[in-house]
Amino acid sequence: MNENVKKKREPLNDTQLLMTITICIFIVMYLLAMALLKGGFLHAQQIFDLLNDNASLIIVSCGLTVVMIGGGIDISVGAVTSLVVMSCILYLNKGGNVLLALMLALGIGLAFGLVHGFLISYLEIQPFIVTLAGMFFARGMTTILSVNPQKVDHEGFETLRNTKIEIPWLGYVAKNGNLVPARMELGVVIAFFCIIVVFVILMFHRLGRNFYAMGGNQQSALMLGINVKKTRFLSYIISGLLSGISGFVLMMHTGAGNATNAAGMEMNAIASSIIGGTLLTGGVGNVAGTFFGTMTLTTIKKIVVSSGLKDPWWQSITTGGMLCFFILLQSIVLGKRQKKKKA
Amino acid sequence: MKENLKKMPKGGLGQLTIPVIAVALLVIFNLIRDPGFFSISITHNNYGNAVLAGNLISIINGASELAILAIGMTLVTAATKGQDISVGAAAAIAGSVFVKVLKSGADITGGTVILAFICACIVAMIFGAFNGTLVAVFNIQPMIATLILYTCGRSIAYWINGGATPTVTSPIINAIGSFAPGIPIPMPVIIVIVVAILFKLLFHFTSLEILTQSVGINQSAARLNGINTTFIKLLSFILLGCCVSVAGIIGVSRLGLINHETLLLDVEMDAILAVAIGGNSLGGGKFKISGSIIGAYVIQMLTITLYAMKVSSTDVKAYKAIVIVLLVVIGSPVVKERFEKLMKKRKALLKGGEKA
Repeated sequence: MNENVKKKREPLNDTQLLMTITICIFIVMYLLAMALLKGGFLHAQQIFDLLNDNASLIIVSCGLTVVMIGGGIDISVGAVTSLVVMSCILYLNKGGNVLLALMLALGIGLAFGLVHGFLISYLEIQPFIVTLAGMFFARGMTTILSVNPQKVDHEGFETLRNTKIEIPWLGYVAKNGNLVPARMELGVVIAFFCIIVVFVILMFHRLGRNFYAMGGNQQSALMLGINVKKTRFLSYIISGLLSGISGFVLMMHTGAGNATNAAGMEMNAIASSIIGGTLLTGGVGNVAGTFFGTMTLTTIKKIVVSSGLKDPWWQSITTGGMLCFFILLQSIVLGKRQKKKKA
Repeated sequence: MKENLKKMPKGGLGQLTIPVIAVALLVIFNLIRDPGFFSISITHNNYGNAVLAGNLISIINGASELAILAIGMTLVTAATKGQDISVGAAAAIAGSVFVKVLKSGADITGGTVILAFICACIVAMIFGAFNGTLVAVFNIQPMIATLILYTCGRSIAYWINGGATPTVTSPIINAIGSFAPGIPIPMPVIIVIVVAILFKLLFHFTSLEILTQSVGINQSAARLNGINTTFIKLLSFILLGCCVSVAGIIGVSRLGLINHETLLLDVEMDAILAVAIGGNSLGGGKFKISGSIIGAYVIQMLTITLYAMKVSSTDVKAYKAIVIVLLVVIGSPVVKERFEKLMKKRKALLKGGEKA
C-alpha cells in the first residue's frame, strides 16, 4: 500500500524543478527584503507597484517564453512594443478611437509575427537574423514616425488610463490617518489574462504540447506527425500579438511615447524567461515560471535602489550578478540530473 | 572542358556567393546613382599630412572595428554554435582600462600606450575567459552566458571611469584613431590588415581552424577523437577578447574620449550580422573568416550609401532591415532550391523546344 503511494508520486520534471527553484528564491528574497529593508516592502502596494511598472514586460516575456519553448528566439519584441506605443499615440492624438487604437496595436504585432513566422518557418532563415532585422525595422520606423517625444492628448484614453482597481483591505493607513487602498492598473489585469491564456494553451491545448515537442526534438516531432512548420509559424504569431498588447499596456502606463521606449526590453524579457526556468534550447519552460522570473528580476532592481546603493552602476552590476547566479544554478542542477539519469 | 565550365560558378565562390553578390549590387547601385561615388582624392588634414579621402575610404575606415570583431565572432560562432552578445560592453570595459592606464602616468609616450594596450587586452581576455568558462565548462548556451556581461558590462566600464567620461589628447592616440604622419592610409585600416594577417598566420601554423570546425560540427565526435573541446571553446572566447580590446581601443582613439554608453553601441548585433552575411552558419561548424570581413564591409557600405542618400542616422535602421531581409531571403536554402528547380524546368523546356 505504502509503496503504491510512493510510486504514484512522479519526480518533478525539468520544467517544474527550475520553476520551483525560482519561486522559492523569489519568496526568500522578498521576505529578506521585508525583514532587512522594511520601508516600502512591508506594504502590499510594493508588489502592486512592481506589477504596475512591469505589466508590459510580463506580457512580452510570456510571448518570448512560447517562442523559446519552441526552440526559437525573438529579439524584436521590445522594438515592436516601442513602435506600437508611438503609432497608437500619434493615432489617438489625431482624434482616433480607443478601440481602433487597440486594433492598430494588435495589427502591428500580428504583422510582425506573420512576417517573422513566414521567413523563419517557411523560408528556413535563422530566427536570430530575422528578428534582429525586425528589431532594426521597428526601431527605425519609430524614429521615422516621430523623433520627438509624444504625449497622449485624448479624453477617452485618459479616463481609461486613470481607471485603477482599488483594493481597500490590502491598503495601509497613512500618517494622517487616512486609509490608502492598494491600487492596481488595468494593464496588470490584461497581463494576468495573457498569462492565463498562454498557460492554458501550453498546458492543456494540443498546440501547446506541440510547442514542447517541437522544441524538445524537432525530428521526432516531425515523425509524430506534427506540422512543425505551422507550429513554429504560430509561435511567432503569438509572440507578435503579445508584443502588440504589451505596447498598448505600456502606453496605458506611461501615457507618453519616446524613440527610446522599451529600450533593452528584449534582453530583460529573455533574462526573465531564463530566470523563470525556460531553456533557450527549447522544450523546457513554463509561463508561470516566467511571471516569477520577471518579478524576481524587477525585485532585485528595487532592492538595489532602496538599499542605498546610490551610484548609477550598481543596479546593472547586481542584476548581472544575480543573472549569473541563476544561470549557474540551473546549469549545475540540470547537469546533476542528467548524470543521475545516465547512472 | 564543358563540365569544368559548368562546375565553375558552384565551386568557385561557394560560401562567399552572398557577400560578393551583396558587394557587387551595392557598388553597381552606387555607381548608377552617382558615378563619382567611389572617387578618391588626396587632401591635407589639420596636421598637414597628405591623406586619402572619399566615400570608399570612409567605408573601409569606418568598418574597421566591426571587421575585427567579426573575425573573433566567427570563431566563437563556429566553435560554440552560439554568439557573444557582450562584445560592445566588453569593448567599453577595454576602452575604459586603456584610458585609465594612460591617465595614470604623467605624460603619454609610446611606452605607456603599449602598456595600456597590454592591460586592456588582458582585461578583455579575462572577461572573454569568464564567458568562455560559462559556455565551455558549465555548458550554458553562449547567448545566455554572455547576457550577463551584456547586462552589466557598460556599468562596469562606468565604474572604472568613476562616473565620468575622461578624454585623452595625445598625438599618438590621434595617430591610432585617424592617420599616422607620412602614411596616407587610415591607421584603423592598417590595424585590421595586421589583425587579419595574424589570424591567417595562426591558422597556417596551428591546426586551430580544423579543430574549431570539428568541435562546431560534432562536439561528441570531436571529443572522442581526442580533441579537448573545452579548451577549444575557451580559446575561441579568449581570442574574441583580444579582438574586442583592439576594437575598443580603435573606438576610443577615434574620439579621443571614452564614453561607456555610446562606445560601439549595438555593435554586437552588427558583428553577428556580418558573420551571417558572410555565409557562415550561425549554427556553428564550417566557417570562413574572409566572408565575415566582407560582411562587415557590406554593412558599412550599406550605412554610408544610406547616409549619402540623405537618410537620417536614426532612420537608417529601418532601411538596413529591409536590405538584410532581402539578402537572407536570397540566401535561404528553400529559395535556392525553388530557384534551381525553376531553372531546371526552363532548361528542360528549352531542350524540348530544340528537339521539336
